[in-house]
Amino acid sequence: MTIAFQPALEVRDLHKRFGGLEVIRGMTFALAPGARQALIGPNGAGKTTFVNLVSGSLAPTSGTIFLHGRDITRLSQAGGKTGIARTFQISQLFRNLTVLENVGLSISERDGVARVLWRGLASFPAIVDEAMVLLASLNLTGDAATPIRALAYGRQRLVEIAIALAQRPSVLLLDEPAAGIPSAESHVILAALDALPAAIAVLIIDHDMGVVFRFARRITVLVRGQILTEGTAEEIAADSSVRAAYLGEAFLSQGAPR
Amino acid sequence: MLSAAVSILFDGLAYAMILFIIAVGLSITMGMMNFVNLAHGVFAAAGGYATVTMMRAWELPFLAALPMAFLIVGATSVIFERLLYAPLYRRSELDQVLMTIGFVFMAIGAFTYVWGPNPLGIELPPYLRGQVDLGFRSFPTYRLFMIGIGFAMILALWLTFERTLLGARIRAAVDNRRMAQSLGINVGRLFTLTFAVGSGLAAVGGGLAVELIGLRPIFAIQNLVLFLIVVSVGGLGSIRGAFLAALLLGIIDTAGKYVWPAGGGFFIYAVTVAVLLSKPEGLYGKRD
Amino acid sequence: MASGTSAAATGGEKAPPTLGQKGWDWAEALPWLVLVGALFTFPGYLALGCQVIVMIIFALSLDLVLGYAGIITLGHAALFGTGAYAAGMLSAHGGWNEPITGLLFAGAVAGLVGFASGWFLLRYRGLTLLMLTLATAILLQELANTLALYTGGFDGLLGIAIDPLLGRFDNDLFRQNYYVYGLCVLFVLFLVVRRIVTSPFGQSLVGIRENVQRMNAIGAPVHGRLVAVYTIAAAIAGIAGGLFAQMHAFVTLQVMGFQLSGAVLIAVILGGAGRLYGAFIGATIYVILEDQLAKLSPEFWEFGVGLVLVATVMFARRGLFGVAEDIARLGKRRS
Repeated sequence: MTIAFQPALEVRDLHKRFGGLEVIRGMTFALAPGARQALIGPNGAGKTTFVNLVSGSLAPTSGTIFLHGRDITRLSQAGGKTGIARTFQISQLFRNLTVLENVGLSISERDGVARVLWRGLASFPAIVDEAMVLLASLNLTGDAATPIRALAYGRQRLVEIAIALAQRPSVLLLDEPAAGIPSAESHVILAALDALPAAIAVLIIDHDMGVVFRFARRITVLVRGQILTEGTAEEIAADSSVRAAYLGEAFLSQGAPR
Repeated sequence: MLSAAVSILFDGLAYAMILFIIAVGLSITMGMMNFVNLAHGVFAAAGGYATVTMMRAWELPFLAALPMAFLIVGATSVIFERLLYAPLYRRSELDQVLMTIGFVFMAIGAFTYVWGPNPLGIELPPYLRGQVDLGFRSFPTYRLFMIGIGFAMILALWLTFERTLLGARIRAAVDNRRMAQSLGINVGRLFTLTFAVGSGLAAVGGGLAVELIGLRPIFAIQNLVLFLIVVSVGGLGSIRGAFLAALLLGIIDTAGKYVWPAGGGFFIYAVTVAVLLSKPEGLYGKRD
Repeated sequence: MASGTSAAATGGEKAPPTLGQKGWDWAEALPWLVLVGALFTFPGYLALGCQVIVMIIFALSLDLVLGYAGIITLGHAALFGTGAYAAGMLSAHGGWNEPITGLLFAGAVAGLVGFASGWFLLRYRGLTLLMLTLATAILLQELANTLALYTGGFDGLLGIAIDPLLGRFDNDLFRQNYYVYGLCVLFVLFLVVRRIVTSPFGQSLVGIRENVQRMNAIGAPVHGRLVAVYTIAAAIAGIAGGLFAQMHAFVTLQVMGFQLSGAVLIAVILGGAGRLYGAFIGATIYVILEDQLAKLSPEFWEFGVGLVLVATVMFARRGLFGVAEDIARLGKRRS
């Protein structure tokens, strides 16, 4: 399949070096609008570093990042990366705030309300309305007034996604969305992933092959900072080099979540 | 001019030794547990009071009182570590700051109640008084003695750290607590031990400081900043860093007060702010 | 942690959840009734009352920084002291004795110092920030000591004269006028702080306190927000310091000291951080206890305040305010 139109996200010859260690070694990669794609690879392949680079929490050593054709390589997270949202492998939530407040913070940052200090938060009912619609789409309505610290971990993972969605991204990076959830509950996350708006390009980074093959239509395999191969789920499942490089190691490292 | 420089170096070195002996334990324990401890000076003050009391009430010689202070304060500190510190290992920095400030206040109150608010002094033995002629010029004996003790302690600490199994364990725990734990090192117990030794060393430093800095109930709060500076400028958990920072502060402070008596204290804080702004993890600190 | 707290279990209440605080609660009148009532019930203690008011303003400032934005500072007195010296020197050297403009000047200078220092310091967190705030405060104190020609140095700043308030009310023996003056200043500043903490900006500060990494990820300009709130808090602390200088007509180096930074920290924690009215409770109790216990014996005061702090951290982390809430909740459950 060739991408006939402008990709939502594109990186060209991306490098990231930490001291003497080069973690990303010349990655070139594109994500089509509305894509459902996965980035897999053994431990230490550089998957989370890639997310950090694209989302702007790290600056690349060299290479370019484009969002809908616009060069965003040098933009930092603050304000500049509008259009890209991410979730974290380990939930990064506001533990003492309610679910609604968590999502409300994300919304008010997105539309610039958060810098207002001369009007009460209560006088922005649109934020609540938008947040409640979002929470309803993730089946979180009943938890709106619950503080995160009192919420089961599986539902915290949903809030993680809700906060990212509240950014109204065109590209969504999900770093192991089902991490830390017992497999009996992961169907809740999978259902939420299935229900993501079709217009958003989604890249999921995961170890859990069940999640990956269920969700992703295309799969990119990252090994030691370089892309080994990319293809449809079927192609990847049948690719012997992937098995050698990745599935073998994944088998060995099973049980170690990181 | 040269003679002034020698005096500054000499006095600064003696001062640096006290700072180092008191602060080194704090550096290691903070490096190991990331515990923000503002109360370390309490153990130094306790060492000072123990030394004074033993010399006055029991007529113990100074050189015997110092090791006794090490033992008494080191052992007592374990009680506080278990009772006050241990419950807060996993709590926020703010909680640790507040608890240790509270502990400092309690200690000040207790010291005042027992020993009164006025400064206490000790009678140095005759062989530590006066001057020693080193050929090219003479130096105060007590400062020379302190520099000697300081170097002896640095050597002992260095050997323990680099050459013994205990030292290796401590280094491992400072470097990566979780990893050390998974290798079967009981970091909790190791910490208690390090805490006790660090407090004991602070007590010795406190005993030595009576003559040089003076001893009042507010010792712990008066000098709190200096100890913290040694730790944070040197870098958490680094003996070498603590020594270098103590040296830097001791000499800069002495020189500053010599060159510009009115604004003397100014320099070390300026240097501290400058170092921390450019190297927030300190001179030899581990990066997170 | 309870495992089964799910939507179904808590879905009983039907009131739609909201964001932020709507309007005023009647209970919010209580502290003001007490403060105004003190004019009539304790007319002989208004000098102490003035101290209480200065401390409440100072504690409000720290609460904004510490309780809401989660910035742990051990040097807040530097900003208070900057305001005190600014107001004092304006009168002693500048000959400008009008009190209200004096306060504004104190707030402006302290705000400027807060902005400049915050710009550098607030890039850091944790122990580094703690050390930097501490060292910067002592640096400023040493600076004040060094500039003895202007600040009076160790001997204190003398020669502060304050014109009658609004050209009419003089600083009377019983401090009645100054108590009312302080109360008005407190009320205005309180309105400002309350507006800030109930605003979206205030909520974003809480977000920064709770999780910086997430705030970065949702595009919040964290450093800018922190500098902004630090500057505002610095101005408020400066006004508290200015008020102090005007009430005492005397400023010493202690206004920048670590002891004062510690005291205001204790007042905020004692009352309950991040809850606005905690500053009122904490500061009032701190000042009154200090006055009473220190009269009795200073070491009892030191030991007592230390014990209270240790106990608060160990057993009542949310301060007296939090304890009161817990008791109220227990009462509700019983009935």
